Amino acid sequence: MKYHSISSKAFDVTIYVLLAALTLCCLYPIVHIIFASVSDPARLVAHKGVLLQPLGLTFDGYKLIFKDNSLLVGYKNTILYVGLGTLVNMLMTIMGAFVLSRRDLYFKRYIMIIITVTMFFGGGLIPWFLLMKDIGLYNNLWAMILPTALNTWNMIVLRTGFQSIPAELEEAAIIDGASQLKLLVNVIIPLSKATLAVIFLYYLVGNWNSWFNAMVLLKDRDQFPLQLLLKEILVANDSTATTQGSAGGVIIDSASSATAFRELVKYCTIVFSTLPILMVYPFLQKYFVKGVYVGSIKG
Amino acid sequence: MRTGLVIKKDVKKNWFVYLLAVPVIAWFVIFCYGPMWGLLIAFKDFKPLLGFSNSDWVGLKHFIDFFQGPYFLRVVKNTLLLNVWGLAFGFTAPIILALMLNEIRDGKFKKLVQTITYMPHFISLVVVCGMIHIFTADEGVITQLLQLITGRDYTSLLGYSNFFRPIYTFSDIWQSIGWSSIIYLAAMSSIDSTLYEAAEMDGIGRLKKMWHITLPQISPVIIILFIFAVGGIMASSYEKIILLYNPLTYDRADVIASYVYRRGLREASLSYSTAVGLVSSLVNFALLWVTNKIASRKSEASLW
Repeated sequence: MKYHSISSKAFDVTIYVLLAALTLCCLYPIVHIIFASVSDPARLVAHKGVLLQPLGLTFDGYKLIFKDNSLLVGYKNTILYVGLGTLVNMLMTIMGAFVLSRRDLYFKRYIMIIITVTMFFGGGLIPWFLLMKDIGLYNNLWAMILPTALNTWNMIVLRTGFQSIPAELEEAAIIDGASQLKLLVNVIIPLSKATLAVIFLYYLVGNWNSWFNAMVLLKDRDQFPLQLLLKEILVANDSTATTQGSAGGVIIDSASSATAFRELVKYCTIVFSTLPILMVYPFLQKYFVKGVYVGSIKG
Repeated sequence: MRTGLVIKKDVKKNWFVYLLAVPVIAWFVIFCYGPMWGLLIAFKDFKPLLGFSNSDWVGLKHFIDFFQGPYFLRVVKNTLLLNVWGLAFGFTAPIILALMLNEIRDGKFKKLVQTITYMPHFISLVVVCGMIHIFTADEGVITQLLQLITGRDYTSLLGYSNFFRPIYTFSDIWQSIGWSSIIYLAAMSSIDSTLYEAAEMDGIGRLKKMWHITLPQISPVIIILFIFAVGGIMASSYEKIILLYNPLTYDRADVIASYVYRRGLREASLSYSTAVGLVSSLVNFALLWVTNKIASRKSEASLW
């Protein structure tokens, strides 16, 4: 043990230095954005290199976001899509997992094959898009809910969770005269809380981040979710930009410092849309970590 | 007819289960199998105004057009290379992080590193791409850093096609390194500690222990995740590409999926892009199958 203690020390130091460097790399961009969002726009544009503190202090960017309605409407839409969408997700996933976890289900093997195939093979973007149009989801806010109503992987994970409940427990409930609805609501769901929490969070984050379906299926700006508006503001120089191509919904009147101000608004928009999540994730983290374990049991 | 009778009886007895199954089955039929039916338009000259049945059958015309067209080589090469970058750097980075975290005995420091490296995972893709646009703009921090190092002048880095792959891959690592390391750490925590104790008695150094004990012990997890990564090659996330590329970088950034999106939804070549999409999902399926086959032959770890 003793004779390589020096090399062991050096090993430790190397690892600490590398990890500290990585941690700074992960942290810095976010800190930079936050500092920039409250900086004086004129000084910000003139500034070069890293930001170690805000340049001046102004909340003009944030004021503009709150004055201009579009981002707030986007936020409201996102909350609706995330709320309703996640509710539908949970209902569908629980229903599917319950059915698949029944031990005496007919054709169980074939049903599982039919379901698993969809995880690896699909119709692709264009047939999907045409179908959405045909069934009336184009320019319809259900386009944000129905196509993503179920995630096969999550359903299979939850089914595995349901199946791990001892059969005797279910039989006992049935003998006590419980209906299958009661069995599901009073026995199975309470016993699967941990897995359900994990799946809930996955859906929540997925719905929050979703923008592509909105971009190809929604036409009406008043229905755009936050992420799509963010895309227009932040990624406007994409020449294949979908819709108007203006710098998003935020319109800046003053001509002189317009560019500087537009930059400031970008930073504020990022903070405005991301800070709420960054503030809660440390508390939700342990559920997510558990989720990785849950998923890995299956794998 | 007997099975019919049995099922009828079962429906009566388990009507609740059947009731719950209806919306789920309907969803799979409509949203998963529905589009597969639509794949038929790859063999037609589909015109939305004529409708499906009135459009002409053209056989393999669109497939031949794609294989002989100028973009076939480009998009296939880009798809593969972008994924080779991803597998070489993006796939290994979280394993290295997990190996390092596994050596840390100071619980507080470990927790801090983990919490902070998880953070980018919780930022939405659109915002991450927005940040990339900001940091690689003319006056962006990364652009300036690069100028400092190389001594050359650069405008917005997203305008140079040879920077596309590094930007794409390293931003991916930034966003997912901490998060992806969790699963490896979980696997490491279940390694039998007597293995390490035995190695210590033999006076084996820490780096060697890492290489000869930790890594082989977590290799089943690595293999499974590798299969998934290879299986996802053709389907590689076009959302991020659409958010980062532009005509200046198409020659390296345009992958099959983004090409399908652009030709299909921007330029309305519906049948042609459906054919391209079909080729890519077939290749994808084959890749997954082959990788799984190889993996199951070389080790016990496999998907099915």
